[in-house]
Amino acid sequence: MRSSIDIKNGKVDLSHGSGGRAMAQLIEELFVKHFDNELLKQGNDQALFSVEAGRMVMSTDSHVVSPLFFPGGDIGSLSVHGTVNDIAMSGAKPLYLSAGFILEEGFSLAELEKIVISMAAAAKLADTLIVTGDTKVVERGKGDGVFINTCGVGMVPTGINISGNNARVGDVVILSGSIGDHGVAIMSSRENLQFETTIKSDSAALNDLVARMVMVADIHCLRDPTRGGLATTLNEIAGQSSVGMKIEENKIPIKAEVKAACEILGLDPLYVGNEGKLVCICAAEDAGAVLKTMLQHSLAKDAAIIGKVIADENNFVQMATAFGGQRIVDWLASEQLPRIC
Amino acid sequence: MVNRLSGTTVSNHGKAIRVRGTVQGVGFRPFIWHLARQYQLKGSVWNDEQGVMIHVWGDVEQLNAFIQQISQHPPPLAKILSIECSVLNSRPEYDNFQIVNSRQNSHVQTLITADAATCQECLAEINDPLDRRYHYPFTNCTHCGPRLSIIKQIPYDRCNTSMAEFLMCPVCQQEYDEPGNRRFHAQANCCADCGPTIWLEDRDNKIIEVDDVIKKATELIQRRNIIAIKGIGGFHLVCDASNETAVANLRQGKGRYAKPFALMAKNITMIRAYAQVGSMEEQALAYKAAAIVILSGTKKKLAQSVSLEGDSIGFMLPYTPLHSLLLQNLAYPVVMTSGNFSDEPQCIDNQQARDKLQNITDYFLFHNRFIINRLDDSVIRVINDKKQTIRRARGFSPEVLQLPKSFQTQRQILAMGAELKNSFCLIKDGLAVVSQHIGDLENVSTQRDYRHQLILYEQLFDFKADVIAVDHHTGYLSTQYGQQLAQTQALTIESVQHHHAHIAACMGEHGLPLGTPPVLAAVFDGLGMGEEGQLWGGEFLLSEYSECRRLGHFQPIAMPGGVQAIHEPWRNCFAQLEFYFDYEQIRQQYSDLEIFQFLETKPLAPLSTMIAKNLNSPLSSSCGRWFDAFAAVLGLCTGQAAYEGQAACLLETLAAKEFINERNNAYSYAVLKQQNMYVLNWKPLWLAVLNDLRDQLNKSVIAARIHHTLAAASVDLIIKLSEQTATNTIVLSGGVFQNRLLLESITQQLEQYGKKVLTAQVYPVNDGGLALG
Repeated sequence: MRSSIDIKNGKVDLSHGSGGRAMAQLIEELFVKHFDNELLKQGNDQALFSVEAGRMVMSTDSHVVSPLFFPGGDIGSLSVHGTVNDIAMSGAKPLYLSAGFILEEGFSLAELEKIVISMAAAAKLADTLIVTGDTKVVERGKGDGVFINTCGVGMVPTGINISGNNARVGDVVILSGSIGDHGVAIMSSRENLQFETTIKSDSAALNDLVARMVMVADIHCLRDPTRGGLATTLNEIAGQSSVGMKIEENKIPIKAEVKAACEILGLDPLYVGNEGKLVCICAAEDAGAVLKTMLQHSLAKDAAIIGKVIADENNFVQMATAFGGQRIVDWLASEQLPRIC
Repeated sequence: MVNRLSGTTVSNHGKAIRVRGTVQGVGFRPFIWHLARQYQLKGSVWNDEQGVMIHVWGDVEQLNAFIQQISQHPPPLAKILSIECSVLNSRPEYDNFQIVNSRQNSHVQTLITADAATCQECLAEINDPLDRRYHYPFTNCTHCGPRLSIIKQIPYDRCNTSMAEFLMCPVCQQEYDEPGNRRFHAQANCCADCGPTIWLEDRDNKIIEVDDVIKKATELIQRRNIIAIKGIGGFHLVCDASNETAVANLRQGKGRYAKPFALMAKNITMIRAYAQVGSMEEQALAYKAAAIVILSGTKKKLAQSVSLEGDSIGFMLPYTPLHSLLLQNLAYPVVMTSGNFSDEPQCIDNQQARDKLQNITDYFLFHNRFIINRLDDSVIRVINDKKQTIRRARGFSPEVLQLPKSFQTQRQILAMGAELKNSFCLIKDGLAVVSQHIGDLENVSTQRDYRHQLILYEQLFDFKADVIAVDHHTGYLSTQYGQQLAQTQALTIESVQHHHAHIAACMGEHGLPLGTPPVLAAVFDGLGMGEEGQLWGGEFLLSEYSECRRLGHFQPIAMPGGVQAIHEPWRNCFAQLEFYFDYEQIRQQYSDLEIFQFLETKPLAPLSTMIAKNLNSPLSSSCGRWFDAFAAVLGLCTGQAAYEGQAACLLETLAAKEFINERNNAYSYAVLKQQNMYVLNWKPLWLAVLNDLRDQLNKSVIAARIHHTLAAASVDLIIKLSEQTATNTIVLSGGVFQNRLLLESITQQLEQYGKKVLTAQVYPVNDGGLALG
């Protein structure tokens, strides 16, 4: 019997992506071991599964993050949450995921195992299976440790029609919790910024929360405000639905430490990314029931109604500021460069 | 004004006279009618799309005198751009002189006038108990009254204004129809029988029933109340400026905690009691635009809350009959600040005012004439015996600027303007029309107003853009909207560098022709997008209209936290110290100084990392940030600036006291040459300031020396560059040149070197004047 690979001290080398024995061994002892499910164990180049008749959704997301490990998560959990959330934002139940790894030569196998374990745990918590995968190795200096692509499929229950173009004038905008946590956590740990408290990423799978929400009311739009933050998400929906939005700064949950960090950094939290939050738009009469359901869920304890959908030919997203002004929350043009003089 | 008078013709006594410019709705035809009668001429006058046309017959000498009178003494609101004469060989059409109906075809060229303060004749009427307009607050005539503020579209006829709903009574109609009358075709003509009315409401929207609304309003002001008063271009919030309680309440209610309040006094005599009024300033106050004029305050006390910092105060005179009647019986000036909360645009609609001002005001003084176009009060200051426009709006917009001849082009250009003090500009037929001050485009109401005004101006000036001009800064909402317009209408878009635009605006205002030799310019402002994505703001540029080359600049320094560095002056102070020195070393060396004690309370470690790693800490050669840094080190709004430019304003105020005494005590600076580029390095200045602070020198002295250093360094570099480039004309522009000390000092020194110095006067030197460039 061949000897096991040395995960504790070993490094990724080019043979791990060569298609030979070393690769097979890595797959067997790392990926199959931790992802642990029957479909994967079949050992085929594809996963075979049956589904009921109905509407499916499919989504893919590549994950490139520095640092790979950050307070509140790592690239592994993030890569599962990202795709699970993209699927869930259609109201679907995520079923299966694929995982593609691009590893850099010399990357520590111990760290890779930590990432894989974290992915497995995230998938389990999200009630999905990672059923197929791929591994490539690039030469030293041509990658950033590890990149992970995930792809997923899910089933949309009958009667659910959630889309960015469904916002109607008079609808209510609900946010599931505090903004900016992920972006600030990543930046402060990457750049080693010494803030007084450690800010944790909010990275989480939202499919269970969504499953409960779609049971209580007809939800018009759902979106997770990731890159570009809440501001970008609201502008996207306003544009897709040809409406305007009016939100209130005072109603938007934000953690004190995130707010403080944003002030130091000069970042507008409205544009900072999140990985475990969602924006829900539904009819005003349904808002109470939806909000109540959300508040009972551990991932939306701070959910709040932050504004409403209004008629506006310019599709402006406007915000009543804490100082009593009405400000346009626009698309971000390239970087956040100061405009005032 | 351009006169193209043809030579006198000997053989024929008939002339066709074409007058172009702002000549409609200003009493021009009655003026011509009177004049023609005076010179015993026959013929007729009429309006058309190109202005006014006169056909006139008579004695040659009389004819020439007639034409001279037109050009030399036109009616007060008229602005003649050109008079062209040609010979008429036909016989006179009439036995006398007549005003005939307007002839309209499709090509509109005539110009809309700006709103104007009540004229002497109207004032006399409202104060004459026997006159039918006694105490009537909407009295106006062709020489004064509302214009741009009430117009919806051209032609400027009553039906296209918010006076449309007031049907003239027979007496007013008669005035309107009578050629010799001052109210002949006065589109806003009205009286108490047929015109708008005023009424008072309390904050709960209950109407106060009184016989004399104005008398009651005066009493309410005397009893320390705040009243929201609807005026020409918007609402004002008004209270007794001598009463601290009233003014402090207004500050609290408005959420305006720092900027001075504008004042209105009933006459210049009263203003003189509170401020020094020079002759230029007196002229500016009395001018028909009735702008706010920034004056130097005297000892006589107003409520302390009127102006919390410095002794500059802004005064204006009453410009509507309502204001005149209201102030007549008050023994002190009133605060007359825009009717808005904090940085919102001022309200123009009654219901909007009820909703938004309810928590600020005690009473409302409404009227029922709609304000169509919001017009803020204009603001003017006199520096170096020259007028400087700080905000250009009511009373000046939409006056046009005749561009130098070489600008006669077929292309119509729409310039979108800046972000924060936006105004936009239309260029057509060699004329530039700069809109009134619009404001901060990030504000929702202002943004809507911007789009509304763009459409209105296009209509008023029969304008259709071929080219859209935008600032380099793609984050400006004006740039983004320009891109959107260009895309949807398939127009050419041209991007102009911010500081180049400032220079071109100044050149255009001064009538420099196209192809003029390059000028050397110092453009100092808070921030503008430079070339290659760099942020500029302390620039020395060699510029023509078409091209601009950077020759020197302030040392670029990081702005840690980007926009946050604009709000918090200490960040710039830290960034400068970190750049020029080893921060820890300099802190230990000067540890007793307040600034270092202050900085120790701040998160310097992350800030230092941000600067080192270029995290949201863009480099900028800004002069505004330079002022922030030096204000901060002297303890002026170190933590937070309450409004744009506050740090620089406070530093200027502090420096003013010792400015003359310290004129020979500038600190040192270094001019470094880096790859054909001069860089102003301020390390020696920093050391000197820190030393003087340690020696506990009076801070006024230090502030004055800092100003002198900037002036000396600027003059030094400008002279050096002007010798190298053989230029003699120097343009000074950018918002920093609202600093009186700096502008006066640099101008005087450059003039001593024999340089010709140009600065903007009619258009703002700040971003409000950007669009013209």
